[in-house]
Amino acid sequence: MSNLLIYPILLPFGTAAASLLLWRKPALQQAVSLAGVIGQLAACIVLFSAVTEDGIQVLQVGNWPAPYGISLVADHLSVLMLMVTGILGTAAAFYARGELPDHLRAKSFHALFHVLLGGLSGAFLTGDLFNLYVWFEVMLMASFGLMTSGQRRAQFRGAVPYVVINLLATLLFLMGLALLYGLTGTLNMAHLHQKILSHEARGLLTAVAFLFMAAFGIKAGMFPLFFWLPASYHTPGIAVSALFAGMLTKVGVYALIRTFSLVFHHDMATTHGVLLVIAGLTMVTGVLGAAAQNAFRRILSFHIISQVGYMLLGLALWTPLALTGTVFYLVHHMIVKANLFLVSGLGRDINGTMDLNRMGGLYQAYPVVAVLFFVPAFSLAGFPPLSGFWAKLLLIQASLQVEHYIVAAIAVAVGLMTVYSMVKIWIEAFWKPLPSSGTGGAAVPYSGWKMAPVCVLAMITLVIGLGAEPVYRLADTAARELMAPQVYVEAVLGGGRP
Amino acid sequence: METALAIVSGSMVAGGIYLLLSQNLVRILFGLIMLSNAVNLVIFTAGGLTHTKPALIEVGRSVPGTAVANALPQALILTAIVIGFALLVFMFVLFYRSYESLGTIDTRQMTKSAPEKPHATDTTTARQEAGS
Amino acid sequence: MTSVILKTATRLVGALVLVLSIYLLWRGHHAPGGGFIAALVAATGFALVVLAEGPGVVRRGLRIRPQYLIGAGLALSMGAGLVGMIRQQPFLTGVWWPSTSAVAGTPLFFDTGVFLVVLGAILTVLLALEES
Repeated sequence: MSNLLIYPILLPFGTAAASLLLWRKPALQQAVSLAGVIGQLAACIVLFSAVTEDGIQVLQVGNWPAPYGISLVADHLSVLMLMVTGILGTAAAFYARGELPDHLRAKSFHALFHVLLGGLSGAFLTGDLFNLYVWFEVMLMASFGLMTSGQRRAQFRGAVPYVVINLLATLLFLMGLALLYGLTGTLNMAHLHQKILSHEARGLLTAVAFLFMAAFGIKAGMFPLFFWLPASYHTPGIAVSALFAGMLTKVGVYALIRTFSLVFHHDMATTHGVLLVIAGLTMVTGVLGAAAQNAFRRILSFHIISQVGYMLLGLALWTPLALTGTVFYLVHHMIVKANLFLVSGLGRDINGTMDLNRMGGLYQAYPVVAVLFFVPAFSLAGFPPLSGFWAKLLLIQASLQVEHYIVAAIAVAVGLMTVYSMVKIWIEAFWKPLPSSGTGGAAVPYSGWKMAPVCVLAMITLVIGLGAEPVYRLADTAARELMAPQVYVEAVLGGGRP
Repeated sequence: METALAIVSGSMVAGGIYLLLSQNLVRILFGLIMLSNAVNLVIFTAGGLTHTKPALIEVGRSVPGTAVANALPQALILTAIVIGFALLVFMFVLFYRSYESLGTIDTRQMTKSAPEKPHATDTTTARQEAGS
Repeated sequence: MTSVILKTATRLVGALVLVLSIYLLWRGHHAPGGGFIAALVAATGFALVVLAEGPGVVRRGLRIRPQYLIGAGLALSMGAGLVGMIRQQPFLTGVWWPSTSAVAGTPLFFDTGVFLVVLGAILTVLLALEES
């Protein structure tokens, strides 16, 4: 029993409640919001150190023993995700402080923002599939609100497909849950692991597994269910879209990793075989889609898809090295991608547009912004010694190890195509002189609220790149826990065994 | 009974998906409502149907006297209904607002990247006219 | 809408509906009822008043913004969970006063919190839609 697990969930909800009660005091609301994200980051750090020192932490909420109650479980994968959630939440909250116009600051933005963070933490911590569904819905509600806050026309245009497709995904998830419960009689993931070990209806389980794969696949933006993502991620505010890009699809990936290691382990040849094909297709379609785009955030949105392909690749290969690569990739990608979205906002502040044809001259006028773009962009593309290089290296090494040469070739080729896209943004927005039709010759002052999170995230990228060893070790431990779920199962069911 | 309910929920899913494929936002809304009800029915059916009493314990006892129905699927359905309700309310508001803002309930018209300015003035003048 | 019948009936039925909702909230832990259902019932009462008298009357009658209800409810529910934590037990562990009774306990506070959140959310949407 460790109540440490509840704080990363409780603090954001407390902050949300407080900011609703401070509806008429925007300045105070803002202060509470910033304090809230810092508090959550602290809670994540405390939990992180507890897990790295003492191993898997479990909390049986309401003192109901597993599998009857809801268990919260923190293993290495969970706390790594939580750490990144805390970091990105803080970064986005500070950026939003610099971004939000006054009329928005006073409204429900902060409450929704913190509910989203709380939902993310809940999803990463829960050990119960139905509870995971509830957290998904919490995130979904908050993300709907954030997507439309501001109420610009383009936002509605982006929000409608986003809402419909995500609702469909959760309904698929719920249907899978129902059938899984019908088959096994439990929804606690550790208990499911045990039940499925000796389950006879393997074919039915595989069918249910594919329902889950489709549901999480829509969330993660995997092929062929990704089309909603580029249609909506470029419409909300910068801080919100950075948080979405960093976190929301990755929750889908996390859910896939969790369910396809802990729960659906009965027929890996089929499920992970299909995942491998999908991973390859996801990488290729994402990067090709990006090559065809010509707007800053749209290119980045398509790259989310191709990167999700890499993460799925590691899960599909199912070797310790490959899973280590996936976890490393997740951590690297969430930070880098969110940072790129934030930098795109800096670019828009200066040039007044996201259209690459009308952008330009950023390098000459704002060398600092150029450097801040350079670090995450070329980390994303996989330049040594930045963090993306190690992530890609691990995955390619893993696919060579199990002699999947085609997949390895695809991964390398997609990496090269990513360089092409990043170079395109670099040349168009930063290198070329400002086109005559563009604006932005006048000096725009750097906003500290916006620059600070971008700088910090870029620093983290550098640190992960140059000192890859500690992150690699953590990812390796997480991967080993995933490959041998017995430890997880015992931690959850062990003490309170009925 | 299970077979009948399975067929019913299957047809509801089919109907829901059919409505979802429409271009009309109202039909999409109805499709999602139908689909979410179908899923609730699936939970109910998959949880196992029994001819017993509801899972309530009489006053003064600590265990139910007779066999009772499994309360868990019911709790799951209730949660799903609550969440579904919230999402549908949100969706209703969203669709209504996008109708106000974009002036159409046809998805194909909505996603057309029509020039922003002229259309916006259209709706504002229309609203002014309606208000005056 | 200015129907005398509706207005007169609302005065009577609206109050009854609110009383019913409190009753449902109170018995919710052991018998059918609970915070969510009670809030829906209460919301229908408010909706009736909105239809009969207009959203302004409800806003004035409430005195506070519905958003405050959501915030207060969220805080109350979490507070109910914290009581167990103060006693060195997991979050949300039920605590009863006195410990043998099954009437006044943290579940009732949790349910009241749910009641406020749901009522606040529905009223936010309802009033916003009626006023637009």
